[in-house]
Amino acid sequence: MSTTFDRAAGLARGSPQEPVDASPPASLVPPAAGDKLKDIWEDSPGLRGWFGTVDHKRIGIRYLITAFVFLAIGGIEALAMRVQLAQADNHLLSPEQYNQLFSMHGVTMIFLYAMPILSGFSNYLWPLMLGSRDMAFPRLNALSFWLYVAAGLFLYVSFPLGAAPNDGWFNYVPNGSAEFDPGPNIDVYCLGMIFLGISTVVGAANFVVTLLRMRAPGMSLNRLPIIVWGTLTASVANLLAIPAVSLACLMLWFDRNLGTHFFEISGGGQPLLWQHLFWSFGHPWVYAVVLPAMGIVSDALPVHCRRPLVGYTLVAMATVTTMVVGFGVWLHHMFATGLPALALSFFSAASFAIAIPSAISVFSWIATIWTGRVRITVPFLFFASVILLFVIGGVSGVMTASLALDWELTDTYFIVAHLHYVLIGINLFAVVGAIYHWFPKMTGRMMSERVGRWVFGLMFGGFNLAFLPMHWLGLLGMPRRVYTYGPDMGFGVTNLIVTIGAFLFAVGIGLFFVSMLVARLAGRPAGPNPWDGPSLEWSVSSPPPPYNFAVIPLIASRHPLWESRLLEKGEPHSRLAEGYLLDEGKETLGVTPLDGEPDVILKMPGDSLLPLALSVALLPLFGGLLLELAWLGGIGALAVLVILILWFRPHEATRSEEKARVYG
Amino acid sequence: MRRWVVLSTATALVGCNSTPLGYLEGSGSRSGDLLQSLAWGFLAIAVAVILIIAALIVAATQRARRRAARSAPDDVGREGGGVSAIYWGVGLSIPVLIAMAIWNFVSVQAVATPPHEPGLAVSVTGHRWWWEVDYQSAQPFGTLRTANELVIPTGVPVRLDLESADVIHDFWVPKLGPKMDMIPGRTNHSWIEADRPGTYRGQCAEFCGAEHGRMSFVVHAVPRAEFEAWLDHQRQPASTGGPAQEIFEAKCGACHEVRGTSAAGIFGPDLTHVGSRTTLAAAMMRNTPRNLALWLGDTQGIKPGAEMPQTKLDPVERAQLVGWLEALK
Repeated sequence: MSTTFDRAAGLARGSPQEPVDASPPASLVPPAAGDKLKDIWEDSPGLRGWFGTVDHKRIGIRYLITAFVFLAIGGIEALAMRVQLAQADNHLLSPEQYNQLFSMHGVTMIFLYAMPILSGFSNYLWPLMLGSRDMAFPRLNALSFWLYVAAGLFLYVSFPLGAAPNDGWFNYVPNGSAEFDPGPNIDVYCLGMIFLGISTVVGAANFVVTLLRMRAPGMSLNRLPIIVWGTLTASVANLLAIPAVSLACLMLWFDRNLGTHFFEISGGGQPLLWQHLFWSFGHPWVYAVVLPAMGIVSDALPVHCRRPLVGYTLVAMATVTTMVVGFGVWLHHMFATGLPALALSFFSAASFAIAIPSAISVFSWIATIWTGRVRITVPFLFFASVILLFVIGGVSGVMTASLALDWELTDTYFIVAHLHYVLIGINLFAVVGAIYHWFPKMTGRMMSERVGRWVFGLMFGGFNLAFLPMHWLGLLGMPRRVYTYGPDMGFGVTNLIVTIGAFLFAVGIGLFFVSMLVARLAGRPAGPNPWDGPSLEWSVSSPPPPYNFAVIPLIASRHPLWESRLLEKGEPHSRLAEGYLLDEGKETLGVTPLDGEPDVILKMPGDSLLPLALSVALLPLFGGLLLELAWLGGIGALAVLVILILWFRPHEATRSEEKARVYG
Repeated sequence: MRRWVVLSTATALVGCNSTPLGYLEGSGSRSGDLLQSLAWGFLAIAVAVILIIAALIVAATQRARRRAARSAPDDVGREGGGVSAIYWGVGLSIPVLIAMAIWNFVSVQAVATPPHEPGLAVSVTGHRWWWEVDYQSAQPFGTLRTANELVIPTGVPVRLDLESADVIHDFWVPKLGPKMDMIPGRTNHSWIEADRPGTYRGQCAEFCGAEHGRMSFVVHAVPRAEFEAWLDHQRQPASTGGPAQEIFEAKCGACHEVRGTSAAGIFGPDLTHVGSRTTLAAAMMRNTPRNLALWLGDTQGIKPGAEMPQTKLDPVERAQLVGWLEALK
């Protein structure tokens, strides 16, 4: 175990040129097979390969980078709002500018950052963690990414023109109807949400099928990493929830442009219908953007505590339970709408109850630290802080679950504070911790631990300075979504503190971005397993080869790389050096859904420009609908049709007989 | 005149109140008291939970660092063990949650329905971005249409019929009780009862467009006899005529009503007794001649996006109009 010893010591000491983990990867690459597989799996050279790649690792990293770009944009919007609110009666921003800023801030952070960043991790990590060579539908994966970029551009194109969505991310009607908001603003929102919805649904379907089919033999359901449980749960939820909001947006677009009356009271429509459709999507979505992040903590925190997660089964069950109950709490966003108190009380009770599965995760994490052998690394600091921030967001959530108290709390800054503790506390802090944790795997280089402590201090201090006093503002009665407030309301000093905290937080995130860049260029080499982690992604080189695993591993436990230390004598070990060596073409193994038995050899598609082309073609289609230019929409529709025909044209017949070489 | 003095005194008192919209202090009603204690109680539980968890995380980390120092670098813990912590943690959390839920439902019961039949019905209609107030019951008090300030008798539950003329608004007087949406196409019912005389600030709590933040109002709670006198007085016209009235009729009358004149517009707030109100422009500023002159001189500068256009008035006209409006006591 001398290599392990070197790894642990090397983190703190050691020369900056030496890899932290100097040992060879645990997964064997047979000498002859490596080059052959590389030829098969590598992207085409040049621009075609860059735009046409279907490699889940490249797509995952692109998701991460794009989501961070949107995080930065949404953050700058937030800072502009914080300057405006720093003092009473400020006139830096007009009400219209402020309303567009808070709407785009919400849309950006919730739709263009929080979910895509997690898709990035899942895309990158799933096949590596599950012992597969790619996602189930690599081209669909590329399509999902390009659609996300295109929809993001579409949502932002009206921003410089001053016609961005201005009715909040929740977009209540009739404030968003043609009568009260006649500009293109809300059409951008409706079409952009439908556009982005395609990306999310496509990605979610891919995750579900990947889980069912694309695992190493022996990777049964009770051995899945928790992030897989989290993303799987979130993906199933997305498949059920996204249609509600896409439909609502389509109906609103019809109301605004074709004269229908789904939400128009003049024609017998119901404004509250929008709220039901939106929140029956919106609340499950909140869980969809935190459950995978909680999975990140459940998988990565134990590595730094040097022990397996406490209560794996309970945490996996709690993940699923949270989502199921999460579908039954949407009315708690509508406590003040005048619905009967009895009906609301059921949703109030469900909202109290959803705290229980969350408590399971919290106590599991604390117990994991308590019974562990903690190394105070930067990822540990972030993951441990997630626990505290989650609890703060959780107890403020329990306060808002109370129907009676929520009649005061709702639509005040208390809710703003609560939702940021949930979304930043569980999503962003987990994400930054996860970058520190998996950056070495993605790039082969370590991020600076010393700078990382500054990043953590600035982010943790700045965040709490910004958002803890916000609870107080809400209790003082400051309403949400106001562009300014009077000097005699008693909000001034607290708002100034909040603004200072927001800027500190932003400096922390800026330093984090710089630190990533520096590490990418000149970080210390990592080696395959710098943290001495137990899961499969650490068994391959850093960064992993394009084919991930030369030999498809055979899994016998939840912690394949810790087996020599965890298993009793006589228990079967995972086999990382012998197994299926599929090198006859671009192939990987398909397994049976429940037990993970080898079932079929899957032919994987090569790189393709079609996903990018389809995403680009949708831009004129949606642009034509937005601008009411039939010719532009027509060109887009025609292009989409042609691309789809190309995509679905019959493939050459595959061989009926498959050969599978077993290595070892 | 006496009544107006009382209202101004009450406003001055609110001026001393550091948080006019805060519901942690200064409740003026039984509902407000209940929600105030619920807020403090839940806040105390929340802070206690946060402190306990923070202490646990710190203690666990210290313990685990000591253990790491004692063990070999490549040592990892076994999978079993520690699960009882989850059972303990969750097991102790559940009774707290149940107690909180019960406290919540008891409060809901008390806040949702008035203790006895409301003695007065007021219809409040939200407009972008002001409040129309209609005293409905002919008996025992008589009807009245006014705007942006609600005067209620203390000790009498007041039924509120909440409606909207355009988009969704929300009627919220934090120190008196729960908020309630005003949704176009339906009438939501709520009620308030002030036990203590005073002036309470209200605020639109649902995003309703450009001037949502400046859509406020005030509630004056006064003893019943004073309320009846106020209502009687408000139902009388107040205009004394003169050249300013003609300016008003010509330039403002298409949108505003002043009873007793030919100005009978319904798009903007009723201004029959605007001089007796304590605030201007949906409680955005105090009602002083200077503020009124500013408002008339630069409406869109003070409240960008407001539905009231900039009316062309020369300085003399404006001064006349201000004097006349302020005299509508």
